[in-house]
Amino acid sequence: MTRNKSFLVLGIILALALAAGVFAYPKFFNQGIDFLNNKLAGKVTLPKVPDKPFKLGLDLQGGTHLLYQTDLTNIAVADRKNALAGLRDVIERRVNYFGVREPQVLVEESSQRLVIELAGIKDVTEAIKMIGETPFLEFKEQKPQEEVDKIMAKRKELEGKSFEDMQKITDWQLAFEEPFNPTQLTGRYLKKAELAFEPTTNKPVVSIEFNDEGSKLFEQLTEKNVGKPLAIYIDNELISAPTVQEKISGGKAQISGNFTLDEAKSLARNLNAGALPVPIKLISQETIGPSLGQVSLERSLKAGIIGFVLVIVFMIILYRLPGILASLALTIYIALVLSLFKAIPVTLTLAGIAGFILSIGMAVDANILIFARMREELKSGRSLALAVEQGFQRAWPSIRDSNANSIIVTLILFNFGAGFIKGFALTLMIGIILSLFSAIFITRNFLRLVESEKLARFKWLW
Amino acid sequence: MIHFTKYRKLYYIFSGVLTLISVFAIFKFGLKFGIEFTGGTLLELGFEKPVSNQEIKEKLAKFDLGEITIQPTEENTVILRFKQVSEETHQEILKELGNPQEKSFEAIGPTVGKELERKTIIAVLLALVVITFYIAFAFRKSSGRVSSFQYGLASLIALFHDVFIPIGIFACLGEFKNIEIDISFVAALLTILGFSVHDTIVVFDRIRENLTKQGKACFEEVVNLSLNQTLARSINTVLSVLLTVAAIYLFGGETLKTFAFALIIGIVSGAYSSIFIASPLLVSWQRSRS
Repeated sequence: MTRNKSFLVLGIILALALAAGVFAYPKFFNQGIDFLNNKLAGKVTLPKVPDKPFKLGLDLQGGTHLLYQTDLTNIAVADRKNALAGLRDVIERRVNYFGVREPQVLVEESSQRLVIELAGIKDVTEAIKMIGETPFLEFKEQKPQEEVDKIMAKRKELEGKSFEDMQKITDWQLAFEEPFNPTQLTGRYLKKAELAFEPTTNKPVVSIEFNDEGSKLFEQLTEKNVGKPLAIYIDNELISAPTVQEKISGGKAQISGNFTLDEAKSLARNLNAGALPVPIKLISQETIGPSLGQVSLERSLKAGIIGFVLVIVFMIILYRLPGILASLALTIYIALVLSLFKAIPVTLTLAGIAGFILSIGMAVDANILIFARMREELKSGRSLALAVEQGFQRAWPSIRDSNANSIIVTLILFNFGAGFIKGFALTLMIGIILSLFSAIFITRNFLRLVESEKLARFKWLW
Repeated sequence: MIHFTKYRKLYYIFSGVLTLISVFAIFKFGLKFGIEFTGGTLLELGFEKPVSNQEIKEKLAKFDLGEITIQPTEENTVILRFKQVSEETHQEILKELGNPQEKSFEAIGPTVGKELERKTIIAVLLALVVITFYIAFAFRKSSGRVSSFQYGLASLIALFHDVFIPIGIFACLGEFKNIEIDISFVAALLTILGFSVHDTIVVFDRIRENLTKQGKACFEEVVNLSLNQTLARSINTVLSVLLTVAAIYLFGGETLKTFAFALIIGIVSGAYSSIFIASPLLVSWQRSRS
């Protein structure tokens, strides 16, 4: 590559770095634009750079991380994936009521778990209550007549007897069986639920509407059961069992179960927010107060700045002019990484920032290997230009192998799954890959520009 | 030139003893796992005015919380640890303590903890195996005197050393200073595995280069020459990383302290093992072969 080409490449890199820097930290740039806009006094209005905030993890902005175990035992293996997706949708709808910014609801299929992350939530207890309320809605049809008769007969037989006496009768358990069989129609197919009033009695009821699939199921179910009762269960409790008069199309039904006004209201709200298609149980919870998050953020940023300055001082003392160039490349590296964090966006956790700070120290390692090799070549009497090229070429295999090795480890870390480690692995991985670019490509072009014979005479610079 | 490999038996003994002490500490003291592994509750509370541990213990006596540990941190702030509780109990506890400011709350179920333990072991073993194979692969074209697999094996042994020493030190810290092994320790451990190979690779790469250049020179001499040539850069790459880790340790706040400390131990031990274990091992094997 010629020098002119290096000029061009560096020009592009600097422009890119500047853009990245402005994107990552637009405050000063926008102040400048404000100033210019004032000067121009309305003749032209220059656009500002949007100040997109960094995406901060729960540990830095405060919030709650909830982990639920789902219970899929009653769902056929083939349907589980769908059921979990349905569960996520329902929970998402519920969570959206909380008014937190970007709530996260994730399903881990392998472990059948549900992860909910609520950033900056005020009332965690209320949130847990609302998520956990599981009005599990089911429609059941009557068992075949002879079975129902048997159950009813047994019930009659047992009537008025003490529990001990009951047990003496053969098949006494039969009396406690429900006369209803489960059907496919559950809260999964619910579209919406509303508070309504029965026109004749003026009693509060809950009117429900099914989605397309549910409407079809409801139609089939009512067609099959004309003249028979259809039972509505909520949380495994029989609410009502109205008798079907005729086939009902259109997917509308009514639950009337001697509700008080408040009961009907909350049932409608809960059904509406989504009847959970599968039961869930809270197994772990993590809450970080906003003040603690703020302190963590400030401290980790301080550590990052100090680490950065230390590395720069170290590089310049050790490697003089190349050290200065490596520090410039490191600055560009930081601007690029930060803008990438914003653009992707990467959720920055405390661990993620730690990974990034660590990557600053690792980023110059490639430079150290190259510069050390360069010095060696210079000592053995090669010209500066040749020493620079040899330095890069000879150091490359070990840089490649050691970084490939680190990337493999970050991949293992990333697949580990747990939150702290994931954030750390991701930022470290991004850091390692970009640092290869900055330590090799950027520094190399810098060096090509300054490796003139004039500067080569000052041996102490190298 | 420093004759590194001359005293290799001494290094083996030194490292062997250190590793044995670590293993002994691990078995003797056991590892003090944090609630992420064991399951349980961790509650950090900020009170308006000072409260004594006794006061808190008395107030919490009516709940079934198992063993309660109370650790004061900053001004009027305490961290409480006890067994996992339900959300209702959590709220009752807060009420009982006069609704202090809740800085953080973690309640982790025992199954989640067990899984984490299993995952950690798998991740560390996987990393060890993959790194060994990667190095064997990277040095597959090395000259015939040492097989590429021996390069891999030498780094694996050095890695074991780098893993056991931090774990051993943390076993002691858990016993005497009550410092727990949390998930960040796992991240540190794996990072150590990745990073401590860096120096090993640099030396091995140099050995490979010198072997092709020097033709029939004595293998031990080549290893020594390579170690001498790369010594400065090995130290410098470790120092640059240590600078940033030290910044995290000193200024990064309480949460990152154990993490940074584990990294410092591991990185120093990794630098040592690259020079004093991995490369001398190559010499020992080559000698026993001829």
